[in-house]
Amino acid sequence: MFGKLTIEALPLYSAIAAGGAAVTVGGALLVAIVLTWLKAWKYLWTDWLTSVDHKRIGIMYIVLALIMLLRGFVDAIMMRAQQAMALNAGGYLPPEHFDQIFSSHGTIMIFFMAMPFMTGLINLIMPLQIGTRDVAFPWLNAVSLWLSAAGAGLVMVSLVIGKFSTAGWTGYPPYSGIEYNPGVGVDYWIWAILISGVGSTMSGINFVVTILKRRAPGMTLMRMTPFTWTALCASVLMAFAFPAITVACGLLALDRLAGMHFFTNAHGGNMMNYANLFWIWGHPEVYILILPAFGIFSEVVATFSRKRLFGYESLVYATAAIAILSFTVWLHHFFTMGSSANVNAFFGVTTMIIAVPTGVKVFNWLLTMYRGRIDFHPSMMWSIGFIVTFVIGGMTGVLLAIPPADFLMHNTTFLVAHFHNMIIPGVLFGYLAGYMFWFPKAFGFELNRGWGLASFWCWLIGFYLAFMPLYLLGLKGMPRRMETYNDPTWQPYLMVAALGAVVVLCGIASMVMQLYVSIRDRKLTADRTGDPFDGRTLEWSTSSPPPPYNFAVIPTVGDREPFLEAKKNGTAYRRPASYAPIRIPSNTPAGVILGGFAFVLGFAIVWHIWWLVIVSAIVMFITVIARSSDDNAEFTLSAGEVKRMEDERFRELGGRA
Amino acid sequence: MSVAHMSEHEREEAETREQRALGFWLYLMGDAVIFALLFATYAIMIPGTAGGPTGKDLFDLNNAALETVLLLVSSTTFGFASLSVRTGNRSAVIGWLAVTFLLGAGFVFLEVREFAGMIAKGAGPDRSGFLSAFFTLVGTHGVHVTMGLLWILILSAQVMLKGLTAPVASRLYRLGLFWHFLDIAWVGIFSIVYLPGLL
Amino acid sequence: MKLRGINWRGAMLVAGMALLTGACDLKRAAVLDPKGPIALAERDLLFDAFSVMMIVIVPVIILTLWFAWRYRASNTSAQYAPNWANSVKIDAFVWSIPAIIVIALGVLLWRSTYKLDPYRPIENAGPAIEVQVVAQDWKWLFIYPEQGIAVVNQLAFPAGRPVSLRITSDTVMNSFYVPQLAGQIYAMAGMQTRLQLLADQPGKFVGRNSQYSGGGYSQQHFEVVSLTQGDFDAWVAKAKQAPGRLDAQTYPAQAAKSRAVPITYYSAVEPGLYDQIIAKYRHSGHAHTQGQGSAVPARR
Repeated sequence: MFGKLTIEALPLYSAIAAGGAAVTVGGALLVAIVLTWLKAWKYLWTDWLTSVDHKRIGIMYIVLALIMLLRGFVDAIMMRAQQAMALNAGGYLPPEHFDQIFSSHGTIMIFFMAMPFMTGLINLIMPLQIGTRDVAFPWLNAVSLWLSAAGAGLVMVSLVIGKFSTAGWTGYPPYSGIEYNPGVGVDYWIWAILISGVGSTMSGINFVVTILKRRAPGMTLMRMTPFTWTALCASVLMAFAFPAITVACGLLALDRLAGMHFFTNAHGGNMMNYANLFWIWGHPEVYILILPAFGIFSEVVATFSRKRLFGYESLVYATAAIAILSFTVWLHHFFTMGSSANVNAFFGVTTMIIAVPTGVKVFNWLLTMYRGRIDFHPSMMWSIGFIVTFVIGGMTGVLLAIPPADFLMHNTTFLVAHFHNMIIPGVLFGYLAGYMFWFPKAFGFELNRGWGLASFWCWLIGFYLAFMPLYLLGLKGMPRRMETYNDPTWQPYLMVAALGAVVVLCGIASMVMQLYVSIRDRKLTADRTGDPFDGRTLEWSTSSPPPPYNFAVIPTVGDREPFLEAKKNGTAYRRPASYAPIRIPSNTPAGVILGGFAFVLGFAIVWHIWWLVIVSAIVMFITVIARSSDDNAEFTLSAGEVKRMEDERFRELGGRA
Repeated sequence: MSVAHMSEHEREEAETREQRALGFWLYLMGDAVIFALLFATYAIMIPGTAGGPTGKDLFDLNNAALETVLLLVSSTTFGFASLSVRTGNRSAVIGWLAVTFLLGAGFVFLEVREFAGMIAKGAGPDRSGFLSAFFTLVGTHGVHVTMGLLWILILSAQVMLKGLTAPVASRLYRLGLFWHFLDIAWVGIFSIVYLPGLL
Repeated sequence: MKLRGINWRGAMLVAGMALLTGACDLKRAAVLDPKGPIALAERDLLFDAFSVMMIVIVPVIILTLWFAWRYRASNTSAQYAPNWANSVKIDAFVWSIPAIIVIALGVLLWRSTYKLDPYRPIENAGPAIEVQVVAQDWKWLFIYPEQGIAVVNQLAFPAGRPVSLRITSDTVMNSFYVPQLAGQIYAMAGMQTRLQLLADQPGKFVGRNSQYSGGGYSQQHFEVVSLTQGDFDAWVAKAKQAPGRLDAQTYPAQAAKSRAVPITYYSAVEPGLYDQIIAKYRHSGHAHTQGQGSAVPARR
């Protein structure tokens, strides 16, 4: 009846694990109680959970990302605390627990923090920037969101029922195979990734079609905003790279469930194939995450330097070049697997070539600041902090791209420091810059600047404190993922790194304070014009938050910075003679139902509850058929209603119009 | 409702169909990546027989050739169904879809029979890495064909109930792309798995 | 010099001393303090690439900070060119500078990757001593086929003589890592990888597994000792006195899971044991095994 699931699955084996479970369950209960108290369930269901509006889906993605950021950070600070104490078997975590923590930290930060954050920002902003009313496939967009949430849910539920994987975020076999890992942890990992991966593939397709087919008239490819360009390149990578991790995890699942021998030690298995499949996805994934961040930096630097972006064409070609090259470098993740010098040298050189377009981008941001009028808004600070820190990470990346040098530093904390140096200042700073930049667009009021700056400085200083010691420890030969160590000279460095994690914690606390203070003062900082930062592109021409249809009349574009041009020419805020009715996709529970049953499906497979697997698969199938056979998935907003909403907008604008 | 607005509405519908076609193409390309990686995995794992049977011991070219014929003919009959969509001949569409379904079902039957025979001989997917790769590659294609069959049933029902409306016709167009794509994937399987396995 | 109760002079003194100790400590950092030609060449490569990249990294960092300060909004005396967004000359410059650096580093990379291929024997240093390495849960077994002995968690060899390692795993993937002498390479079951090393002087070094492999991973380190030829001979003689012997019967007990295993010597090793450890994964299970094959390398 319940497969492998018994009462033994509860985490009563250690106080810390039980505490983690209690916090998870307690948090979920607290949210449920607050929602009930506020009588907000119906509002939540009709206005949010069933919504197919790209802006709401974007916001829900970002909420998911921020929650998972907290969870991932708790993992991080637990690891830093353990390693700071762990000299000669000191510390407070047993290996089995420590190993789950580093596995869930990486899995969460990549798949359930960075991916949803990126997808959320693209969802929120890209359709506004290209002047359209929604993405190409609105309900598929909702399905993607809920599949991501289902994957995140599986990782969270592993805290309470059973254990998570101990195989690291890369899940290398044969360690992750059934012979060495008979528990449910690896299965949780596999199904969380498979389910959310389907969502990411569909998001990629959705965005590509949206950008290629739904741009406003006059917006040629070379007039798209830099963020849209990077979103396009990242989406192409999502559509074509995610199938690779689907194959890698799918085959691993077959090994574990059906006794197959893809990656086993014996019976003709080949674990090296897994490394290839995983990184054929894994390296493009790095660029899936970082390209949109580059796009955000480009927008932010131009806006807050009050200057046109320098070298737009260069930047576009550099972006496209990075996207294409990202498929040619995967082997640099395992130079130490014994490939011939030919192969290693080839992949080393392709890796270095990527440094060229990346370097070009850095110069472009620099020259955009040159002769500007720089406003040190928190978003701009994230960008400046990014440039300075990112070049260091790029440099260590090029060092690791040299195979013989990689032999010295592969799998050490130097590698850990390198990729955090790309992911934190590169990816996360970019997303946080975007979050603080576009927050008023989403909610109609600005985020507090002071707390934003406090958060930035804590993150930046915390980052240096946490990861510079790890670079040095790598030089001292410390492997990654150590639960204990016997070298007393490592400990001081690990203590500094732990201090860094505490400083980052202050940064996160500042973000929470910023949100609280900003909501409290929302009347004071309300954004009535929709254009708080003297914006340049179309998203700033709408109200904040934008109406459900985004644009009452689809704009015609004649410049790379159409809104800035319109403001100069005095054509911004001009009222059209009349309005036409607008068709809007209807809300549907299909997305959230599919996500819910995908979660049940994953959970049932993990615990071998086969009847439940079949039931949830059938429900999902019927939901898809029912929704995709529906020919009337839209409703029409009459011209009168549009006019009423636009009247209100122009009243808010007051004298500007 | 003015005439101008109607044409606007129609233009939007046409754009929507175009977007769906592009989206479906992208999905098929992603699916092609999956097949490409499964092909590569199969090629890597050919030596991984772990002392068990090889392709030469197991594959029956007659069966594979018959499967190929069924699938290729079913692609042609689907083509006839698509032509009938254009001429608006509803019963012809249903007829050709039915023929396509039978051919596809025959293909799935032959494949299942082949798989069952191999498993009965002790050459199941858990016997060796080579056989894992074989069953997964060929089986993934088979699952796609089965999904295609279900899809044919659903769209036949829609043709019967709703007629050849624009949305139904556009769904049939995408099903056609899917069905022909499976043909291409099968040609790859036939020439990479079955033919060299016997040489 | 006190400000809000903080003794700044004292704090600076402490910070300075910490930096100084840190610098001394780093001079001895394993990667920066190689003790053999392979690790030395790898480290020099690191330094060369680092220096070349500083040509562009340092100016970028300085320019970023300088531009941010100089063109701050409150500095109205700075020039403001809101529409300046293109320059063919600058474009050419920003593409060519990284390209030139990458070409230079690419040449360095290509040459060094061949020269430091871990499969390539060390030249002009005399005949190598052969050691077979088996990664186990969670320890390292070193088999000396010429001497007929085996050791757990200690790799000893004469200084100045090349050591040629053949590496496999009898468990999950491991990575054999000796930062001061050779860098690292993966150890995988049913396969063999190679690594060469040479220690210039007698000395003691640390070796580790750097690829996470389960519960005992953190304690899976081993001692690497380079000895004078005389000491090495004495070491072999001592191992020959050990009570334990390693053959097909005793091997499974030795290979069973164990943590923090002390150095253990085996006075005799069944010839071909290493090949058997590899072969058992190649032809597993069923009846129609096609005879015993020799070790199959990970690289064909």
